[in-house]
Amino acid sequence: MDSGVIWGKWELWGLLGLVSFATYVWRATGATIAVRIVPDGAMFQWFSCLAYGMLAGLISRIILLPVGILAETPLVDRLVALAAGFLVFAAFKRNMLPSMISAVGVFGVLAALRDFGVL
Amino acid sequence: MEPAEAFDGRRRAFRGGVAAAFRMPVWVVSASMMGFGSLARDSGVSFGVAVVSTATIWGLPGQIAFVEMFAVGAPVLAIVVASSMANMRFLPMSISMLPLFRADKAAWRWRYLFAAMMSVNTWAMTLRFAPGMPEQHRAPYFTGLSTTCMIVGVLSTGLGYYLAGTFPFYITVSLIFLNIMYFTFLFASVRQRNCLLALMIGAALGPLFHLISPEWGLPFCGVIAGTAAFFIDQRLGDGHG
Repeated sequence: MDSGVIWGKWELWGLLGLVSFATYVWRATGATIAVRIVPDGAMFQWFSCLAYGMLAGLISRIILLPVGILAETPLVDRLVALAAGFLVFAAFKRNMLPSMISAVGVFGVLAALRDFGVL
Repeated sequence: MEPAEAFDGRRRAFRGGVAAAFRMPVWVVSASMMGFGSLARDSGVSFGVAVVSTATIWGLPGQIAFVEMFAVGAPVLAIVVASSMANMRFLPMSISMLPLFRADKAAWRWRYLFAAMMSVNTWAMTLRFAPGMPEQHRAPYFTGLSTTCMIVGVLSTGLGYYLAGTFPFYITVSLIFLNIMYFTFLFASVRQRNCLLALMIGAALGPLFHLISPEWGLPFCGVIAGTAAFFIDQRLGDGHG
């Protein structure tokens, strides 16, 4: 790799700085508010619920309505993979490792078959 | 507790965090960040920016938004807003994790750094295991866990970037999908009833709200799903174990 590939344009570093700062603002605001929160109190529970609600919304949005690279795969592949994962999850007493491996395995095989023009 | 004994306990807690990272999170972080590194190279982002972004943004959806929008030449403001919104989850996450460290005076001073080190992975594990630990062991456990994940994440981004040309499309896309499935099943294993309710309502509302407003859908989804789950759980009373 030449130095252009390694370092790149300064504008891109500036953009990275802005994006990193804009992300850290959320984390730091949380750290400031956390001073007033009692562990295990009602507010603590409520904020945990907000975090889980937002994370679940983000993940289900990425699976159903992705943008970018995942959007280049068909919805049915993502759903079949997810269903395979939950089947294993139910069969293996809620063990996450086999569930995750099955989901990604099914997804990878489908994506590869489409790449090779079989599907 | 004697100082020497406390110190020993903290070190053990730190090592416990490192060991916990190697049990599963590190492998997932490694695979996902290799996927990200490969994606970053395809998007025309330099090696340095890709690797540093893993440490400074430290949240995959925001990082992906950053490199993909850069690749299509989106305006600076749009890139900053989109990546920041994709990472807004860090606000409720740090509010719900940091109070666990407050009783530990030495650790509490570092809370702004802990907030920067926090990822969904380390947050979920800390929320699950830290409440059962003595208070002075929680922060060292988190530090061991999160430093390990971050170091591996940065190295894997570099490796993924370096290997990018050699990955066929189906490998890169599967590595990104792995991250999503990891979180799906990590959360499916959550046992607390109010959190589980928030997850189910959030999963149903997330895509709907995104259709209404791509920028503001996610925060609204979090507030509505989280608040509904919180009150439904209170209404249901003490039926849970």
